[in-house]
Amino acid sequence: MATRLGETASPVAAAPPEAASRTARRPGRGALWRRGAGWLPRLAGIAAVLVILEIGSRTGVLPRESFPPVSEIWSSLLGLVTDTPMWVEVGRTMQGWAVGLLLAIVLAVPLGMLLGASRLAFQMTRLIIEFLRPVPSVALIPLAVLVFGTDQDMKVFLIVFACFWPILFQAIYGVQDVDPVATDTARSYGLPLLARFTRVTLPSAAPYIATGLRISSAIALILALTAELVVGAPGLGRAIVVSQTSGQITQMYALILATGLLGWLLNSVFQAVERRLLRWHPSHREVAR
Amino acid sequence: MRSASRTGTFLLQFLLPAALLLGYGVWSSQADSFYFPPLQEIGRTFADTWLFERVPVDLVPSLARLAAGYALAVVVGVSVGVALGLWHLARLASEPVVEFLRALPAPALIPFALLLFGTGNNSKVFIIALGTVWPILLNTIDGVRGLESEQLDMARSYRIPPRSGLLHIILPAASPRIFAGMRTSLSIGIILMVISEMVASDNGLGYFILQSQRSFAIPEMWTGIVLIGILGFVLNWLFLRVEARFLFWHRGARGLLGEDTGHRAGDGAGDAAGAEEAAADTAAPPAMPPTMPPIARSSPHS
Repeated sequence: MATRLGETASPVAAAPPEAASRTARRPGRGALWRRGAGWLPRLAGIAAVLVILEIGSRTGVLPRESFPPVSEIWSSLLGLVTDTPMWVEVGRTMQGWAVGLLLAIVLAVPLGMLLGASRLAFQMTRLIIEFLRPVPSVALIPLAVLVFGTDQDMKVFLIVFACFWPILFQAIYGVQDVDPVATDTARSYGLPLLARFTRVTLPSAAPYIATGLRISSAIALILALTAELVVGAPGLGRAIVVSQTSGQITQMYALILATGLLGWLLNSVFQAVERRLLRWHPSHREVAR
Repeated sequence: MRSASRTGTFLLQFLLPAALLLGYGVWSSQADSFYFPPLQEIGRTFADTWLFERVPVDLVPSLARLAAGYALAVVVGVSVGVALGLWHLARLASEPVVEFLRALPAPALIPFALLLFGTGNNSKVFIIALGTVWPILLNTIDGVRGLESEQLDMARSYRIPPRSGLLHIILPAASPRIFAGMRTSLSIGIILMVISEMVASDNGLGYFILQSQRSFAIPEMWTGIVLIGILGFVLNWLFLRVEARFLFWHRGARGLLGEDTGHRAGDGAGDAAGAEEAAADTAAPPAMPPTMPPIARSSPHS
């Protein structure tokens, strides 16, 4: 790892003067060493947990029936990954996730921006939103089953309902938080409404909406899993239940592991995209670490 | 003049909700829909069911499990969070594992919990605790890390014993973040309470609404949904009360007693891009992103 980091560091040394002076301020080697030193404990942490679980299971400290060794779970996961059925389940879960999230965005972003821009509309809807927001979306599962059956539609409905609120609130709040000086400046320069929207309101609300999306992406996955686990809509969640009830405990763990990796992957992707698209925004500039 | 416009906006807030409720009432009483019973019927069933016949059977066990799981999560989250916040190496070592477990949707662990604890209360408490611990843990770590190093140095040079340093310096400084995490966790807890009762259970609110739906007792199902909604609203409101009481000094110290909104801008999405805040965010439940309270609390006139 040290050599790989060393390689990436060399172009920096040959970079234009201002870049070089920038790196000169913080000692390059020290920073590299710190980065390496940051990765070592992380890897050690993962390794320690895996080894403890493996030994615990092999020696029988953890009951073998309910805690199969990590190595077996891992090979079971590898077996599943190379086979199509698991990808079908992942596809079903992700389809619900994507459709639900997309619908929630389409509904919540324009509405949120409208409510953020209009004081009257905001005040009229405030109470409804206040009352609906804390309603746990899962309370609607029975209703969703009645109206939409136990299939993909039900899953999508639950995801849309749950994801709607965070995006709506972030959009409202993002628009309300636009710097009034910027709006006034744009207005006094005679920018038309549309230009004011695309050049002032939208950019300054974008980080808020992005945060709402990231939150909602995690929520959508949770809701998809819940719909599959509780109601039995097809997808990863149902596969987990099926493995548990049929006594294939190793496979159950492998699927849970796969679900966790999926959640982690989605989160990382959203964070990376957010960081890239909003790299001009102060909040992203400052936290470059 | 001004007070007139204030009452105007106050009344305005009730206009749309009242219209919607009335609209539903009128529509449902003549639509004769099976899935959407008339308002009066829901109201009557609600009084029959929840005053107070089923309260000890379903509501109390639900709340007890929620309280147990949530309390466990707070204790574990704060104590481990303080330790990890102070101890750099342990924080790094535990980071990947915590990230993975946090990204894992808690309902996916229900089968695991059933395997481990059976179908009794323990598995439900475990699921609630496991799902709610992450926002508290991550926020505590951030709160402790956000402590100014001068404060710790001063505590050390004044030879303040670790115990009172923890009680009087670290915990108070971290408490705004801890409360933020606890608020997020509370809504997650309610959700997990309902979900965990929907699988392999014989009492509780989640069990009640799912069972009502399966036996096509539609008005009963609606009363359950309404009750869970009210529960979410009331617990949230209670939490905000408690938080305002505990953290009155915090809002005062930041000069925000008059006006809420600015402080929220700082706390919320604006700097949410910061990795830690983001970490806390992602775990936020459907009902409650961290920027919520501004709207919840800011008065419409400010």
